[in-house]
Amino acid sequence: MSQLLDATFVESIPRFVAPILLAAQGGALCHRAGVFNIALEGMMLCGAFAAVAVSYALGSALAGALAGALAGALVGAVFAAASVWKRGDPIVVSIALNLLASGVTVFALRSLFGVKGAFDDPGIAALPRFDIPLLADLPYLGPLFENQTILVWLTVPVTAAVWWLMFRHPLGLRLRGVGEHPEAARSLGVSVTGMRSGALLACGALCGLAGAQLAIGAVSLFVEDMTAGRGWIAVVAVLLAGGHPLAVAAVAVLFGAVDSLSVRVQGLGAPQQLTEALPYVVTLAALVLTGLGRARASRDRERPPP
Amino acid sequence: MSDPAERSRHRAGRRSQVLDWLRTHPRDRLRTVLGAARPALTAIAAALTLGAGLIAAVGANPIEAYAALIDGALAGKGLHNLHATLNRAAMIAGAALAAGLALRAGRFNIGVEGQMVLGAVAAALTALHLPVSSPLVTIAAAIAAGMLAGGLWALLGEILEQRARVPLLIGTLLLNYPADSLASWLVGHPFRDRMSGMAATARLPSEIRIDTLGDTHLYIAVPAVALVAVLLSGFFQRTVWGYEARMTGLAPLFARASGLHQRRQALAVMFASGALAGLIGALAVVGEHHRYIDGMLTRPLYAWTGIMAVLLGGYGPGAAVAASLFFGGLHAGAAGMERAASVPREIARVVLASVILLVAARGQASTQRRRDRPPADPTPPTNPTPTAAATPSATPTSAAPASAATNSASEEEP
Repeated sequence: MSQLLDATFVESIPRFVAPILLAAQGGALCHRAGVFNIALEGMMLCGAFAAVAVSYALGSALAGALAGALAGALVGAVFAAASVWKRGDPIVVSIALNLLASGVTVFALRSLFGVKGAFDDPGIAALPRFDIPLLADLPYLGPLFENQTILVWLTVPVTAAVWWLMFRHPLGLRLRGVGEHPEAARSLGVSVTGMRSGALLACGALCGLAGAQLAIGAVSLFVEDMTAGRGWIAVVAVLLAGGHPLAVAAVAVLFGAVDSLSVRVQGLGAPQQLTEALPYVVTLAALVLTGLGRARASRDRERPPP
Repeated sequence: MSDPAERSRHRAGRRSQVLDWLRTHPRDRLRTVLGAARPALTAIAAALTLGAGLIAAVGANPIEAYAALIDGALAGKGLHNLHATLNRAAMIAGAALAAGLALRAGRFNIGVEGQMVLGAVAAALTALHLPVSSPLVTIAAAIAAGMLAGGLWALLGEILEQRARVPLLIGTLLLNYPADSLASWLVGHPFRDRMSGMAATARLPSEIRIDTLGDTHLYIAVPAVALVAVLLSGFFQRTVWGYEARMTGLAPLFARASGLHQRRQALAVMFASGALAGLIGALAVVGEHHRYIDGMLTRPLYAWTGIMAVLLGGYGPGAAVAASLFFGGLHAGAAGMERAASVPREIARVVLASVILLVAARGQASTQRRRDRPPADPTPPTNPTPTAAATPSATPTSAAPASAATNSASEEEP
């Protein structure tokens, strides 16, 4: 047990939490705006690739992270064009965008860098890491605050900002109004397409940052389909939390911790194929448990048939 | 549909439609077909133009590259490439038929990949380890095991939705990952063939293999999938169960009001869909690779391409097969293009996804046929609004108020 929970492991947790949390906050914005966005995976993947490509080309990790955000937002813009403006089915658009992202990144990987599988080069600048001065000296929890990238620290202000925007700013009221009752929002002069497009752009940018954290934060390389389903875990985090930013953050921390645990257990000799399934099994278990609870609650209330 | 008179009236109505169809002038018939396929065709043209831009961007000649693509899809020595196209199309169409079977009944099974993989592994292990001497029995048992594995995995997704309110879309998708991992582990550790360098089972004994057809390069999956497509089409058009499945897909409230046991139907439909996916996986083992190799079904993205094909083709078996032929040609041709014009073959994936995106943006491809599901059903309480906003063009009437009612009801759930 002590072997399992040593400082290296504790230090690794935020590294895995950050991508899921950033993407999930973006997903929460879309959720509240009434956009069924399950293209988080594709947005993250494009962000990861753009971050690596620009970081390699310019030698600046911050420029890479910015490019990641832009690439993600671009995917969000395509989503908005296809689904919000042209009223395409959001599920079909999402699946197509995920496929497109995986195709475009591999295509670009091979045609720009001439490699297959993984692009690993010392020229890829990784995001600088630093400590939070006082918190890093804490016993046991100290490693959480040590040696983390700026994108990891960004999760805190992002969560706060999304919460503030959603519940303390007129824009958030409109956003939720658009999600809950688009016709009513429209009748009050709120642009439904505008709000939804904005939510998608912001979501894309956050997912792009999440991808950047994966590619030039935790490591400094790009691997084909390196998001490996983390976008879907973020989708589940949004669903479980009902799109509330603070709950989203809590669920994302849980899933991120499981994700890092799966890597840790693998380091201790468990077969890689089985540990890789761990985050998805835990995600499903969380869905099942909350679903069973909800089913019981609604049975107890014995709602009259609608 | 228990009333026989009702049923015969329904059948008569359909027959007269067929007669009308036959009476129309061939030119008008062609026009109708082209009219139905037009959004897909324009989207394909636009996506190919986009692909040409990408090809030019990597410094190749788009015309030469596309010539190589067509050559790689259709020509070749002794029709080799055409057969490769058909083989790939069969895998894609198999996945498309599996997903389409569920979609027609209003169930969105996007876990086809995991179901195929488990079907393939189950078939391979059964074929290798079943202590039976008759090869025919072993082959049949292997295929049955594959279908059972795929079907049960899909059934699990449906049970999770019905019992634990895990949205089918999310549940079936998440089940893909444990399925892939389990398959990788099985062939990577306990059942690994130590002789080969890769994570794979041992090769099947030669008497348990199904050879290519005659002197062609076609695998058994090609005729099998064609047969399945015909059977499925007949099932939906001619049988009561097929009619009831379509009824649920098109008008769930109506189907419920007419006394259909929708939960039981959903279980049956999902099991059938998964079993079909498992069958395709099993055929890939018994008839093509003669072993299970880690990633042999996931890396070519057969399942996802199949789901795209069925969304493009609008659920019908015929259209799904047509779209699969196109995507299979694109896949096979892109491999040829990579060899001849050194354009990465992933361009096929880009073109394919662009086609779907363009078609979806025209409101043509849609998953939302079950717009007016009753709130008592385990509707995902997640995000009902886009259903109301997403496809007003595809739904003429009455769906909007019904779905608004669903929204408010499911919003109240804690």
